[in-house]
Amino acid sequence: MTDGPPLANHPMGRPADAIPMVEAVGVHKAYGRLEVLKGIDLRVERGAVLCLIGPSGSGKSTFLRCINHLEKIDGGALSVDGELVGYRQSGDRLYELKDREVCDKRAEIGMVFQRFNLFPHLSVLDNIVSGPVWVRKAPGPDSKERARQLLDRVGLADKVDAYPNQLSGGQQQRVAIARALAMDPKLMLFDEPTSALDPELVGDVLDVMRALADEGMTMIVVTHEIGFAREVGDTVVFMDGGVVVEQGDPTEVLTNPRHERTRSFLAKVL
Amino acid sequence: MTTTDADSSGERAGRPEPIRAVPVRHPGRWVAAGIIVVLLAQLVNWAVTNPALKWNVVGKYLFNSSILQGVQRTIMLTIIAMVMGIVLGILLAVMRLSANPIVSGAAWVYIWLFRGTPVIVQLVFWYSIPAVLQSISLGIPFGPGWLITDDPKTIITQLVAVCLGLGLNEAAYMAEIARGGILSVDEGQVEAASALGMPRLLTMRRIVLPQAMRVIIPPTGNETISMLKTTSLVSAIAVTELFQSTQNISNSNYEVVPLLLVASIWYLFFTSVLTVGQYYVERHYARGAARALPPTPLQKLRAAVRRDPVRTAPALAEVPWVAPHD
Repeated sequence: MTDGPPLANHPMGRPADAIPMVEAVGVHKAYGRLEVLKGIDLRVERGAVLCLIGPSGSGKSTFLRCINHLEKIDGGALSVDGELVGYRQSGDRLYELKDREVCDKRAEIGMVFQRFNLFPHLSVLDNIVSGPVWVRKAPGPDSKERARQLLDRVGLADKVDAYPNQLSGGQQQRVAIARALAMDPKLMLFDEPTSALDPELVGDVLDVMRALADEGMTMIVVTHEIGFAREVGDTVVFMDGGVVVEQGDPTEVLTNPRHERTRSFLAKVL
Repeated sequence: MTTTDADSSGERAGRPEPIRAVPVRHPGRWVAAGIIVVLLAQLVNWAVTNPALKWNVVGKYLFNSSILQGVQRTIMLTIIAMVMGIVLGILLAVMRLSANPIVSGAAWVYIWLFRGTPVIVQLVFWYSIPAVLQSISLGIPFGPGWLITDDPKTIITQLVAVCLGLGLNEAAYMAEIARGGILSVDEGQVEAASALGMPRLLTMRRIVLPQAMRVIIPPTGNETISMLKTTSLVSAIAVTELFQSTQNISNSNYEVVPLLLVASIWYLFFTSVLTVGQYYVERHYARGAARALPPTPLQKLRAAVRRDPVRTAPALAEVPWVAPHD
């Protein structure tokens, strides 16, 4: 287990290294009267892997979706790479970002969904180049070459021309990871990436994620895979009822939880 | 019966012997088929032998030059009205789903107005509108403008009135069809597109609409077939299309029924063409929705002739598709 954030894969000596990749201070979110997030404080360092665990309805996925502004926060402050999510600060005033600016920021953050959400009308290759070509206006041939490399990396080089529904769930999720990586994200968000998979397909997806973590990608993973959290996570955060109950080193939190709620949750899932 | 390992058996292991059993008889099916065949034979016999139908007259006028002109006019009106309807309809559907209440409200009012009044009323309205307008000009609202014409009849001709009447009415129906299609696309698709940084319009054009097409195409085919026949209403404002051209002839030679048959044959011919076209368009947009595309009738025929089992269609990857770069 690593004690601090591994910085080896990032350019050293820049002051930017001191800024965490994600910082949340008292983040609140409510749907009408239902308060989903009741003040979340979190820090994710560059190159670190943070695993979010907790019962369903605890607000883990909502928090994840706030980070790339798929959900708007109602209170507190959330920043990615030192810049506020969804707002620009000028003096002591906040200005909402324009749609275009929000899109530009999202393009730098990869996201992988529970239900894969591949584009079913596009081939695997076209799914992967959709971001670079349509959003970044990158030249087609280069993007396709890059997409092939990414597919090779997730072990699906032979599925270039397949359509998503011709693939198994595990294969689809690996294509979804390749699609997110094609945008060269500085941060990857995983929203329960293995929850919709048959048990025997989970391993392939986790392997890809593990390799990604080893390469120094900053990752936030909402997961029920306690084993993965223990092995790959630099930090584990246990959420319940919209608050962070406990966070810290995975071995610490997962084997010696300090809170009763963490203990009872782990007793059920382990 | 021999049991074989399904994975490793391959060609060499013998297949289990087929089950021999007496099939269930279906006497009811045979009776029903018999009744229908007899009725059909009666109908054909009546149609062929009845001198009142005058098939020789039908044959004489089927390719008459004024009928062919009417056919041409009908096709043209159908195409213009449907293109207007589809383009405007998709625009209205997107407007109705807009977050801006004025924009979605405007689309709602449009649909309410054009769906709520009969086409024939709208046709006559557009035909008579030059009488209500004094002039047509382009300019700043309530401010200065440039006069385009002080005789609106020169712009809103009979044909323009017809296109407006049919096209604007169709847009109201197409808007609801397109809205249904857009709503049928899984929300996760928009989320995935947003997460990649796609702006809203790009998401609509590249991700949502192509998938909505699967739901939009069948009712649109229906609308096109319906439009083909609705064009016959424009005879009310003295535009000569297929139906009116047959009427013109039967008004002078009193062969009413044979000329109605001429019109019907042409309408049936084009609806058949549209039905076949719809099949192929649906098949095109089924890419990615079905694991393998259904075989085309031609492929089925070829398979039947060769006595092959019906094979699945070519691999999805072989179907040409707009690649994401353009």
